[in-house]
Order: sequence, then C-alpha cells, then structure tokens
Amino acid sequence: MAQETRVAEEGKVEEKVKMLDIYIMGKRYKVPDAGLTIQAALEYCGYNLIRGCGCREGFCGACATIYNFTYDPTIKYGLACQTVVEQNMVITQIPFFPAAESLYNVGDLQPKEGVNKLAELYPDILTCFGCNNCTKTCPQNLEVMEFVSDAIRGDYEKVYEKSFDCLLCGLCAARCPQGLQPYNIALAGRRLRGAYLAPKSQHNLDRVKEIEEGNFDADMEKLKKMSADELRELYAKREIEPAL
Amino acid sequence: MPYPASMEDSKRKVEETRSRRIEKGPPERIPAEERTALVPKFHPDFIKEQFRELRIGPNKGGRAPLEIADLLEGNSRIDPDRIDLDKIDHDVDVLVVGCGGAGGAASLLAEENGASVLISSKLRLGDANTIGAQAGTQGCDRPNDSPLLHYLDIMGGGHYVNVPELAEALAKDSPDVIKWLEELGVNWDKEPDNSYHELSGGGASRRRMHSCRDYTGLEEMRVIRDEIRQRNWHGRKIDWLEFEPAIELLMDDKGQVAGAILMNLETRQMSIVRAKAVVIATGGMGRTHIQGFPTTNHYGATADGLVLAYRVSCHLVHMDTMQYHPTGAAFPPQILGFLVTEKVRTLGAEIVNCDGEQFVHPLEARDTEASAEIRECKERGKGVSTPTGEVGLWLDSPMVDIKRGAGTIQRELPAMVRQFGRFDIDIIKEPMLVYPTLHYQNGGIVINADAATPIPGLFAAGECEGGVHGRNRLIGNSTLDLFVFGRRAGRAAAKWVKEVKLGKLTLDHVRKWQREIKEAGLEEMPVSPMLLPNYARQERYVPGFQPLGQVSPYTPFGDRAVRWI
Repeated sequence: MAQETRVAEEGKVEEKVKMLDIYIMGKRYKVPDAGLTIQAALEYCGYNLIRGCGCREGFCGACATIYNFTYDPTIKYGLACQTVVEQNMVITQIPFFPAAESLYNVGDLQPKEGVNKLAELYPDILTCFGCNNCTKTCPQNLEVMEFVSDAIRGDYEKVYEKSFDCLLCGLCAARCPQGLQPYNIALAGRRLRGAYLAPKSQHNLDRVKEIEEGNFDADMEKLKKMSADELRELYAKREIEPAL
Repeated sequence: MPYPASMEDSKRKVEETRSRRIEKGPPERIPAEERTALVPKFHPDFIKEQFRELRIGPNKGGRAPLEIADLLEGNSRIDPDRIDLDKIDHDVDVLVVGCGGAGGAASLLAEENGASVLISSKLRLGDANTIGAQAGTQGCDRPNDSPLLHYLDIMGGGHYVNVPELAEALAKDSPDVIKWLEELGVNWDKEPDNSYHELSGGGASRRRMHSCRDYTGLEEMRVIRDEIRQRNWHGRKIDWLEFEPAIELLMDDKGQVAGAILMNLETRQMSIVRAKAVVIATGGMGRTHIQGFPTTNHYGATADGLVLAYRVSCHLVHMDTMQYHPTGAAFPPQILGFLVTEKVRTLGAEIVNCDGEQFVHPLEARDTEASAEIRECKERGKGVSTPTGEVGLWLDSPMVDIKRGAGTIQRELPAMVRQFGRFDIDIIKEPMLVYPTLHYQNGGIVINADAATPIPGLFAAGECEGGVHGRNRLIGNSTLDLFVFGRRAGRAAAKWVKEVKLGKLTLDHVRKWQREIKEAGLEEMPVSPMLLPNYARQERYVPGFQPLGQVSPYTPFGDRAVRWI
C-alpha cells in the first residue's frame, strides 16, 4: 500500500496519502493512491453509477473497461471492479456493445453427425483470420481465439472447457475486426453441450420419478406435522455423511 | 509479498500447524445446547440496539434492522395525484420485477404457460446476486438421500420456524430443478460414472450440492438469461426493460394487484405497466449495509421488493434475521466483504486463528460458524489485524490440495484463484483472511407454496420472500429457492391471469400510505424504494442536487476514500 504513515510526537498516527492523476473519458481527476479499483475511483470522483456496475465482485461482466496510459498508447482491458487505478491511467467503460445474438430454440440444437451447429448459427465465424485480438481483451484470460477455432471445427467439448469461465462482458466482440461475438458463440456451444452431450445422471431422473409418483408424500406429511421438539430430536440423531 | 509484514508471523503459524491439524482432525461439531447459547451472544441479529419496532404498516410492532425499518417506513417516490393512470405504456399478463434467477425462472414458466411477460430489471438483465453464487445448488438426488432428509436439514438449519409447506416444496422440487436446468443447457460437474459431482455443505447431512466449478450461479444465470432472449424464437412474448425498476405497485378497485409504475434510471421518466399479475423477484438487501457490514451482494440489492409489497399491505416474516456469510474477504481492502465460497471449506479448508489453531468445525451452519468467528476475534482476541483496521481469521485454503491432491484448488475453485490472484495472493499456497460479511436476507414477503402472497395477483420468489429458510438458510438452498419458487410463481401467475378480470386502476393505497406516514409523524423519512446505494463522494453540499441513490445515516461516509466495495 502506498500510504505513508508516520508517528507524530504525541503518538497519534497521521496519514499522508499521495494522490494520483487519472483521466475518466479524458477528464483529469485526482484520487488517493490507496489501491482504489477503477470502480471505487469513479465513485471517489463523484460518479453515481447506473450502468457499468453489477456484482462488484468480478462475476457479472457489467463493468468492462478499456484503458491505457498517457505515456503508453497500448490499449488494455479489465473489469472496473477488479482493476486497481494507476498513475496517468486513461479510462473509458464499455457498459454496452451492440452484438446481435443468433436466435435458436434449445430444443433444435440437438447435434447431428457432420453438421456444425455453431457454424450454422454463426456462419461468420468462418471469417476469423486469427488476429488474436479477442484473446488479448479477455479480462478472464481465456484463450478466446482457441475456442473460436474449436467452434469452427464443431468441437463442442473443447468450447465448453475453454470458455467456461466467460463472464459475457463483451470486450472480445467489441474488438473483433470481423464483428464476431466469441462470447455468444461459446454460450450456444456450452448450452448445446450441457443439454445434449453431457452424460445423463440416472440417479437424478430416478429420484424425480419417485417424487412425482408420491413415494415420499406419506412420510413428508408426518414430518410436516411434527413439533419443533420432535424435529430437533430427529435432527440431532441424523447421520451425517462424511465429506467426499 | 502480498501480505504485509505485520501479518506474516501469524501466517507462518498457519503453515507450521498444518501437519498437526491433519493429525488431530477437525474439532467436534458444537452440541445443540452450546449452539443455542453461542448464537444469541455473538450473532449480529442479537444486538438489540441495531433493531427497532416498525411504527406503521402490516408489521407494525414487529422488529426490523434500523436500515430496513427506514426503508419500510419510507415515503413514496410518486405523487399519486399527478399520475394519469389512463395512459398505459405497457399492457401485459405478467409483470416480473427483477431478473435474477427467480425472476428469470418465473418469466420462463409464465411464458410457457401462455402468459405474455414483461420484465422490469434495475440493472442489466441478469446482473443479480445469482450470478455471484459460487458453491452450488442443493438437490436431494443421490441414492442415500431423500426429500425427507433434505427437509430435516432445512428445518434444523432454520431453527424450526420455517413454514413447513415451503420447506417441503424446496426439498421436493430440488431434483427436478437440477434436471430442468440441465435440459436448458447448464453444464453440471459430473463424476466419471456420469453421476453428479456432489459435495457436502454446512448443515447438510448428505452430499447434495451440485456445482459448475465455482461459477455455479454464473452458469445458471447466463443460461436462463439466454433462454429469455431466445424465447423470441416463437414470437416476442417475453419483453424486458433494463435500468427501469418498479417504484410502486398499482392496484385495482377490487383490491387486486394490477401492475406497477416503473422509473427509467437514466432519463427518470416514469411508465405505467398494467399487468394482471406481478411477480416480485427483487432479491436481497446487502447494499443497505446493515450494522455497517460489508456485503457480498450486487450493486442493486436494496430491498426494493419488500418496500413495494409492504405498501400494498403484505406481511413480512423473519425480518429480524439476516445471514452473515462466515467467509467474506477481510484482506486485501480492494475486495473487502467479497464472497469466499463455502465450497472452499467443503473441499477441506479450515478456519484457524492467529495462532494457527482450529477453533470451530469448518462446516457448521452459517449462523453458528459466523458466531464462533466473532467470538474468536471479539472475546478471545485471537483475530488477525490488517493495516486498514479490519480483523479476520485465516481460511487455510492450501489444505485443500494437501488433503485432495495437487491441482484440486485450480480445478474446483478457478474463480477464487483468479480473484485473489488479481491482488497477488496465491490461495493455492497461502491462506486467505476472512470475516463474516452481510450475505442474505433469511426472511421476507409471506407466500404460500404457489409463491402467492395474500394480495390477489401478487407473487414473490427468491430472496425477497420469507418463511422457506426460517431464521437461517443453508448453503446451496438459495440458488435452489430461486428456481423452485421462481418456477412456481411463473406457473401460478400464468394460471391466475386466465381467471382474473381487472377493475379500474388506482393508487389509493399510496394515498393511504402517505396519510399513515403523516399521522405517525414520519414525513421526514427518506423516500423508498432505495433503488441504488449512493457511493459517490460529494465533497460539498450542492443545493437542489438529488442523487439517485441513498446514503444510510447509520454508516456515515466519514473521510474514507472508498465507501464500500
């Protein structure tokens, strides 16, 4: 932490905080050099956020942000809630980027031999020329171009594995020179994989059927009628399965 | 070196005591009698001066946290005499207020059952607490499990004050929820034998937590959100408005709920929605920062749905109990309050004090675990202090790889590795510092097993409703709750709209509310719903400037550079 602390004569801790220059959409502000995230810095500067702010924990992708430095024009990418401001940072947010999603009915995604469903939905993916800009933008550090290639080959399993941590922030689409939407392509691929290619878990289907048939209803009625004390006794006696 | 020197000594003790802890095993679970003494002594729910009696409304005389009481007793954002209810902007069957997992599920089921649906979302579609849920979703589908055992766990965790019908619904629908989500394209973790990969969780007697790595809520939400968009395939029957929350419900002259007034947050224009049924799915209240706690909740978690329902005279239950997640990040300050998923503990991480001692079983129910942590820090003085004045305990994550083999953390907890890695803390090698953080509203709007409130046409699903979890929710039961009651609400609302005939729209309930406020001398209360917190620093008073969000009077901004993370 860049906070300088010194002990004053009377023993009190005085804090002297260094200030940083940052530029929010080109306008200069001063913020304390105390490890503020971009989001916190915006609020420190007086912005009452409406767009560009969601979970504030790096999970929702609402705060996709592009930045560089006054002395370094290279564009960099991050989530505003997870990226710490630095001296001379120039910041703009991309809270929305137009990207039209292809329409499909998940019931029609059933994979067929010799047909690449993803290329059918997003025929433009074939125009990818491998510039790798998408990978460079990903705030999750995913191998975006690789899963686009996997999508071109119709390898749904690989698309699922490599794209799983995607937050759908949209930065990859914002920077694709071909106007592709890697995040939406991967989403369709993962849904297809989850709905059709993932092995079925028979124990779940069996339990659903047992419940539908009312197998537990009589015992459940008894439990529901029990007093707190009766339940407490059962609860204390219940056997706890060890963690895996 | 991410941890400052002042914390290094204690961190070393954590490392040194690992082999001893493995030999010794975890401490015994806290016996029932001790638990009943521990929780009231240390849990924030039991700090009397942090609560007050409500002075007006259906829960008059009941207790609520100060921050929530202020909102429930708040002034309306509208002047009913200046709103022309003859000009309808949207006319639909079902209005869904909020679009996290519960609102999303309700929309899909209402649409499937023939209703036209409009979603009002305060942030972007799906930017809700659901998306940050990490650990998993409970579903009692393994052969040694049953809805009966699940029910018992729910009731025991909730201290036996849950509504039995709601707990029953939660348990009995759970396997079907897992199946439904998979059919929509959710990728659950599986074992080599094709069964679900299921972990245990605090307070659960069986392994029944289904996960998608540690991005479970993200996977669920992105599929649900995509499905909402994709339903346009067969003609547009689900529509949505982003950044346009509901600020008041509409009633008709027969006492039925008949829609809502929405406000566009960017233009501040209001619009009128006439709807034959309304589903409130607005989630929780973390951004009210009860008792000054940091929170795991998203930016819009401001208890709006409670306020809307309260004004049309819905009762709220268990409003005096909130869940403090036992493991919120206490360091680094950039992620203060950040959710460290319970899955870290289900995989084998241990909570230890400044001397490296394990003082509590890592898988107690959340209120017990949190209380034990507070006791360890406040009464026994065994916490670890940070340079910014926080106190915390170590969550010894490297134990996961030690117990389960190298690579487990990276495989099972990629989100955690990434989030701490951003601040140069490698949780594969180093422990995390944690402390309880405001996480979940256990209580809420009274509903029945169809997710219907006693007010005709009004439904509620997800965190905003109450009674399901009693006074304490278990891990993996909240994402389950969303889909169980979201689906039930959607189905029931679609059925209701086929029968109902709306009368003349009215805002008389708002007039009545404002009269009650006046009679009780509460005109000075803030307006509500709160909509957004106000984290913007404002150095000087600006006359006439009306920020959109609100600042809680109980947790003043002070000189801190950052209000909340």
